[in-house]
Amino acid sequence: MIPTEFEYTAPESLDDALEALRAGGEDAKLLAGGHSLLPLMKLRLAAPTLLVDLRRVPGLSDVQRENGTLRIGAMTHHAALEDDPELGVVSHTARQIADRQVRHRGTIGGSLAHGDPASDLLAVVLACEGSVSVRSVEGMREIPAHGLFQDYLTTAIDDGEIVTEVRIPALEGYGFAYQKFMRRAEDWAMVGVCALVKARDGVCEDVRVGLTHMSSVPLRAAAVEEALRGGTLDRDAIARAAESAAEGTEPPGDLNATPDYKRHLARVLTRRALEQAAGLAE
Amino acid sequence: MSVSQPPETRGNGWVGQAIRRKEDPPLIKGQGNYVDDMTLPGMLHAVIVRSPEAHATITSIDKAGAEEHPTVVAVLTGEDLAAELAGPIPMVWAPPGVEIKTPEHWPLARGEVKHVGQAVAVVVGTDRYAVADAAEEVIVEYESLPAVVDPERALEDGSPFVWDDFCTNQTHEWAIAGGDAEGALRDAEVVVERRIVNHRTAGAPIEPRSSIGDPRGDGATLYSSTQIPHIARFVLSGMLGMAEDKIRVVAPDVGGGFGAKLQVYGEEALVLAVARRLGRPVKWTETRSEHMTTSHHGRDQIAHVTLGADREGKITAWKVRHVCDLGAYFQILTPFIPELGFPVAGGCYAIPNIKLEFVGVFTNKFATDAVRGAGRPEQTHMVEVMMDQLAAEVGIDPVELRRRNFIAKEQFPYETPLGIVYDSGDYHGSLDKLLEHVDMDAFRREQAELRERGVYRGIGLSTYVEVCGLAPSRAVGPQGVGLQAAFWESAVVRVHPAGSATVYTGTSPHGQGHDTGFAQIAADRLGLDPANVEVLHGDTDQGPMGWGTYGSRSLAVGGESVGRAALKVQEKAKRICAAMLEAAPEDIELADGKFQVRGSPDKAMTMVEIAGAAHIPPQELPTDIEPGLEETSFYDPENFVFPFGAHACVVDVDAETGKVEVVRWVAVDDCGPAINPMLIDGQVHGGVTHGIGQALYEQIVYDDEGQLVTGSFVDYALPTASEVPMFETDRTETPSPVNQLGVKGVGEAGTIAASPAVVNAVTDALKPLGIAYMNMPLTPMRVWQAIEEARGRGGGGPARTEQGRDVGEHGTGAAGSGPTSPGEGGAL
Repeated sequence: MIPTEFEYTAPESLDDALEALRAGGEDAKLLAGGHSLLPLMKLRLAAPTLLVDLRRVPGLSDVQRENGTLRIGAMTHHAALEDDPELGVVSHTARQIADRQVRHRGTIGGSLAHGDPASDLLAVVLACEGSVSVRSVEGMREIPAHGLFQDYLTTAIDDGEIVTEVRIPALEGYGFAYQKFMRRAEDWAMVGVCALVKARDGVCEDVRVGLTHMSSVPLRAAAVEEALRGGTLDRDAIARAAESAAEGTEPPGDLNATPDYKRHLARVLTRRALEQAAGLAE
Repeated sequence: MSVSQPPETRGNGWVGQAIRRKEDPPLIKGQGNYVDDMTLPGMLHAVIVRSPEAHATITSIDKAGAEEHPTVVAVLTGEDLAAELAGPIPMVWAPPGVEIKTPEHWPLARGEVKHVGQAVAVVVGTDRYAVADAAEEVIVEYESLPAVVDPERALEDGSPFVWDDFCTNQTHEWAIAGGDAEGALRDAEVVVERRIVNHRTAGAPIEPRSSIGDPRGDGATLYSSTQIPHIARFVLSGMLGMAEDKIRVVAPDVGGGFGAKLQVYGEEALVLAVARRLGRPVKWTETRSEHMTTSHHGRDQIAHVTLGADREGKITAWKVRHVCDLGAYFQILTPFIPELGFPVAGGCYAIPNIKLEFVGVFTNKFATDAVRGAGRPEQTHMVEVMMDQLAAEVGIDPVELRRRNFIAKEQFPYETPLGIVYDSGDYHGSLDKLLEHVDMDAFRREQAELRERGVYRGIGLSTYVEVCGLAPSRAVGPQGVGLQAAFWESAVVRVHPAGSATVYTGTSPHGQGHDTGFAQIAADRLGLDPANVEVLHGDTDQGPMGWGTYGSRSLAVGGESVGRAALKVQEKAKRICAAMLEAAPEDIELADGKFQVRGSPDKAMTMVEIAGAAHIPPQELPTDIEPGLEETSFYDPENFVFPFGAHACVVDVDAETGKVEVVRWVAVDDCGPAINPMLIDGQVHGGVTHGIGQALYEQIVYDDEGQLVTGSFVDYALPTASEVPMFETDRTETPSPVNQLGVKGVGEAGTIAASPAVVNAVTDALKPLGIAYMNMPLTPMRVWQAIEEARGRGGGGPARTEQGRDVGEHGTGAAGSGPTSPGEGGAL
């Protein structure tokens, strides 16, 4: 890797990291797992003047449960998420990210802060109606997932802020699934669908569907949710609802997938994810 | 063809054993020594400024900004280095009677660029990072010219030219025929035509290229990640105007080649030229993006295939016209690679009438050249795909159809209509063995049951034959096919005074396992343990000239040469032993690791004792036996060798998404008697993975402006272990009469066999949907689009807009008239 020249610091407290970030100015970048930033630097598409490495900042990799809410430290590696089945849909999805080597480096906070709509956990946090906690020199604030993702690689996190934790509310009684479609196991999602379903006596009490890579930001498939919520939950209902999965999406086309194909995949994967989450898969 | 008598080889019984690879421990422990690991005193680093334009005139180059960098030593352009370069990068094919339009090709552009990534200037300095920064400050101004990307359009009237001076984009046309294919096609009861696209791929070794030029006095050393150090010296001698004795080329550990390093690249001449100019060592290491852009690509052929047969499925004629996208410039073998497949045109079938035409085309892309099988995968792919197309056309099971057309065991040596002599084979035998592993009746029952449940499972066969073991020099050389080279191989076997041995081979392995396999061959003939036989290679100052490792030639030519040199040593060892034991040399036999008097095993000497006597002669040794124990062999085979086999691929196709999953692979390969079965398995695993890669995943894609779209492993989808099944391998062993070992090559067999098996399996799976044929790569979107079209819906999307003119691949009959692939060819 032959990037342009940059300074590097690995502060040992959150306050020091915030100060280093402030002092570094607009071309300073935070370094978490590096699996998005370093390839960009290698290709010289990104040229930060300072990297503030968060690996020595204490307390950023803890996972706690507080009144049912999961509080996942921003520096928690995908591999740690994968290995903790208590984390439900987060663990289930983390297992599908790239390969084990990448999962040992990549972090949940880094992934959310980077805001790549092809990354898997964004749609999951969105569907779970989670939030991120961010710290700046001014103090702490919480950004709900629905307000976090603004555009391609653009989030509501300000330059001087550091994500400290990701909060996932208690989702007692929800079934879940993440259906990811890609060419190779290690690839980014061509399309991904996160489904959360709460049902009682065959009736859908609540349903959430998050879409990966169907726009410049992760999306909720609102039409699908509306079609199912409060109604009978069976395979036919799911199949009908899933037909609306691509409504309101603007999937970016690329070498491997036209927008039409991605819309088709969204419908198929939504149906499969809902069936799996509802325990109705064949 | 003479048939060699098998010599005495069973002295130790090492040949045939699956011993572990001697080369692995240092590599696993991080003790490998690759070019980029090397740092020489005073070494400079080079970064190359490359063209972002596919076709342009260079109007100015401003070096000032880069030269101002404090650690930069020099910024050099093509004009600046003219004095250091005596000749351009050569292309070595001169087929008798055929003119090949060959543009001058220099390591750095001179006034114009013809493809993205063409080297325009080189920046050299003491700091690798600063040099990369400085390279961004070389300001090159271009005047864009229209780019030609699609090879078929390049041949149409009105197409812009890649080379104006030639007034055409056609590089050459080469043809070969035997029998009367046109007449047989006129008379054929069944004619099947397809347009088969074999798309552009990359070699993609794990280690990118790297080279260091190290000047010393009036000579220089090149350390380079190459498959052909001796050829490189030969070629660089001409390019640099230096005598060969002044150039040393060293290939240290090389991390894979796959043909991409069967090349002499401009950068290799460049580091030598710059190093000599500056008087300091200069290193250049390719980035992965550079590898995808400017290490040669492979394939990129469009074949118009016409097959004639009778209603019983007996093939009477095989005719192919190939349009071959060669890129803008030639590398060392560029226009020859498509034709390299001609010896196996028609595959393992007795087809009396064959006609092949090859048309080469310039486009504004990087050169194609030898990659993973080089010409033979293309020929094998089309014939094996066509067998299944014909089977559907005449309504005969693909297994039975193959059996009806196989060359029979009794027909070997078999001369094809093109005058090629297949050395040995048992095609029924390998297919029979395959079917011992694959119960076709059970599969068809399972397939039918799964289809009821909407699961599309398919099976595809590939019964291949390939040609390898380049030489014979006289057939391939100037008076034969026209390569300005020869292809014999050399070996030196040297037994040291205390009884261990060193073997020097002119081949140059980069992962294959020569250190182990060649040691087994030598050990059996010397009465040693392979652990005490070191195999050295890859240094022009160490052993005699040799022609390198490519085309699955190393064992059948290089390994045979090692065997022959070792036998010469054995012969001398017997004379020494006989003198010491007061016996006749012809009474000495090598058995159980000892040289012993026949019938008196108690009268015996070990190689350790004989080596001692050879180097420190005792009184009993006659003076007419020269001291020392070392022999050399130069071996030029009388024919190629023709490995063959039968592979079966089982796929599941998700008919909703178009995704293909390979769920089972069974490979039965025949490369003659196994030297080391584990090495064979390894080669087959890797080869099949590459074939699956081409069939389903990998493709080099340029856009309409000639920009490379697949510049990294994100977009160039090399498969990983996750994408392939556990491979089931088995073998048959049909010795070749060509060499004493009886061996054939196996390095490319998997790749050559694999891609048609995948395509046939997918076609089989989707038959109920009315899909008759699709071109590779069978990406999910393409398969989905084909399914949508078959269902009369049309998959939509821009990838299909290129395809309006594709009609040739549609079949002529009911089975072949189904919808075909959207999205194909280089211009996706």
